[in-house]
Amino acid sequence: MKRVSGLVLFVGLAVLVPDIVEAARINEVSDSTVLDRAVRFFSFRDPSLRNALAGSMLLGVCCGLMGTFLVVRKLSLLGDALSHAVLPGVALGFLWNMSKDPIAIFVGATIAGLLGAGVVQLLRATTKHKEDAALGFVLASFFGVGICLFTMIQNVPGGNKSGLDKFMFGQAAALGRGDVILLGVVTVLALSAIVIFYKEFAITSFDGGFARSLGMPVQAFHYSLMLLLAFAIVSSLQAVGVVLVSAMLVVPAAAAFLLTDRLGTMLAFSAVFGMISGGAGAFFSFVGRNLPTGPFMVLAAAAVFALALFFGPRHGILSRWWRQSTRSARIARENALKAIYHVLEDEGFETEQVSTRELAERRRETLEEAQNQLGALRRHQYVTMSSDGGSASLTPEGWHRACEIVRNHRLWELYLTNAAHIPADHVHEDAEKIEHVLGEETVRMLEKRLNYANRDPHGRLIPGLEDMRFEAMRHPRATGFGSPGGN
Amino acid sequence: MNRSITESRTEAGAIRPASEGILMNDGTQASPPPLEVHDLTVAYHKRPVLYGLDLTVPAGSLVGIIGPNGAGKSTFIKAVMGLLPLSCGWVKIFGRSFRESCHRVGYVPQRESVDWDFPVNVMDVVLMGRYGRLRLAQRPTRQDREIARECLEKVKMLPFANRQIGNLSGGQQQRVFLARALAQESDLYLMDEPFAGVDAATETAIIALLRELKLRGKTLLVVHHDLASARDYFDMLVLLNMRLVAFGPTNEVFTPEVLQTTYGGRLTILTDVAQTLGSE
Repeated sequence: MKRVSGLVLFVGLAVLVPDIVEAARINEVSDSTVLDRAVRFFSFRDPSLRNALAGSMLLGVCCGLMGTFLVVRKLSLLGDALSHAVLPGVALGFLWNMSKDPIAIFVGATIAGLLGAGVVQLLRATTKHKEDAALGFVLASFFGVGICLFTMIQNVPGGNKSGLDKFMFGQAAALGRGDVILLGVVTVLALSAIVIFYKEFAITSFDGGFARSLGMPVQAFHYSLMLLLAFAIVSSLQAVGVVLVSAMLVVPAAAAFLLTDRLGTMLAFSAVFGMISGGAGAFFSFVGRNLPTGPFMVLAAAAVFALALFFGPRHGILSRWWRQSTRSARIARENALKAIYHVLEDEGFETEQVSTRELAERRRETLEEAQNQLGALRRHQYVTMSSDGGSASLTPEGWHRACEIVRNHRLWELYLTNAAHIPADHVHEDAEKIEHVLGEETVRMLEKRLNYANRDPHGRLIPGLEDMRFEAMRHPRATGFGSPGGN
Repeated sequence: MNRSITESRTEAGAIRPASEGILMNDGTQASPPPLEVHDLTVAYHKRPVLYGLDLTVPAGSLVGIIGPNGAGKSTFIKAVMGLLPLSCGWVKIFGRSFRESCHRVGYVPQRESVDWDFPVNVMDVVLMGRYGRLRLAQRPTRQDREIARECLEKVKMLPFANRQIGNLSGGQQQRVFLARALAQESDLYLMDEPFAGVDAATETAIIALLRELKLRGKTLLVVHHDLASARDYFDMLVLLNMRLVAFGPTNEVFTPEVLQTTYGGRLTILTDVAQTLGSE
């Protein structure tokens, strides 16, 4: 809730900030270096620059919010189709009185967008086409009509046609005060609708059939979502352009999806990512002089997505790689401990020391590899090394862990042969994997199930809790768990 | 076999629904049946999938809906709740239209009907069962959360309350759906294949839960695909194959003749069932 009210506050401020004073268009300032322009950008003195920045960030929030619903509903392509479908509406809005009137363009574009959505719905309902073909058809045909109308407008004399071309790739610098207010209104509308009807939007997006069984007006919520989506697209056109507005819908939401498993959090993340991308787009467009804003916004959003993909705490590639490598390191350590136990066992637990050579022979490895493994065990305080470094002895922790692994392995072998009736010579490979993942609770269950047996299918001792005490190390079978092994 | 068909036909052939209130001898009104269906007909793209179903489900019964693939089992459940338009006929739930009684109906949709990657956790989903009782824009209360927790406990899924739903096994997902239906605290439950894709232990747990609900006076209609267990699980059966083949107490309608009509032409299933029947 706190996060949401913070967003509302931001949106309110952003609408109020732009000055009424009409200053030079920011793209007309041409007498400075990149650094000067960057400084100028962050001084926020230029009113038209403030318009551009506020508008871009607002559109990021708005698209981020609506895009979240597109992504979780698997309707990402609908955003693409709708954004292209509004183009003829923009042209008709301009033709209304041959000027770039934000309201006329807004109304025209919204109508065109909703018409496009209607055609998609109609094609799906009346033909055997699925959604993808319907979306593809609407996207291309409406866009085509839009291009034709735009070409016609260029050839018609009269009217103030400057800036109309910006609708294709976006130019935040061309945002007027009216455009920013429009964006502010749409953002506040979307935000408050989502805050008020969060429960309804969530359940109708997740499980429409169930929502209808509760008597909810699912269609009404679907259509209001589509209407808000059309509003978001249309009010963003000026700054990000017809071609790339769909990316601003999908990319921040997709990045947020990688970072969280909760819809509310995803909405907040997506809105913030959109805001950052919008701001960054405006910045680079300003610094780079006259460059279209849309591509920069989308690139910034893509960068956010890449960051989420690599560095996400749970699903990120880096953290997954980290988890995997720590796990394989742990398994390697545990296997080395097990080998030490085996060496000790073969010697009838007469000594406490295991030489590097014995370990290497046991694991059929080179001396160097065995040394590396002992080094890793020493770092985890599982073994202490003799002064010449030639042999190692287990610490209490090391003995305990080694016993656990051996016990897990042998218990599992016994379970597979006894309970699952798998031949004794088929169970080793499976136990090699299971031994590293068995939890204490499962072990207790297995022990109970196996009647606290102390011999594995190959006749070797299964260490029990008593054996794991360090004092029992020299005599692990003197604890009532059967007689000496090694045979 | 024909006996049960005629029976249900005549019964529902009455001009007005029984649910409008039957005056008992002692002057009190019997409460209307949980579900009364008359001449229910549903068509997809003008191709009929269910023809003229008539049936009245008595309160407190555990009813299995069985029939071959494409027999219209799910369609029947959805049509009862008005999720699909009826070509003709009517449905009364506790004597009223579905819209008026929807707060008394709990629903377990098919597991495949939702996207399990959706960003919600187990608790969120179970809380959705409470949404029907909340006003528009009203948030779930502390009490709703408490009830949702209890329902999770009942299906032994409380330890998973904060788990994203995609990280659950099929049986666990099914139990989450069941907990959500329990949270609805309804009187009539409609369940679409709650046993699909669950392990044996879960299946046993689910059927125990359904029986407990029945003992508490709830009425349950359960779409089921496994003939072998249908006879043990349910005390009444609806046998569907686009038409209502039979409806009645399990021991009366679970006969080779009825099953032959229901699964007509599907020899493999028939052989299976013949064996099941023969072995007992």
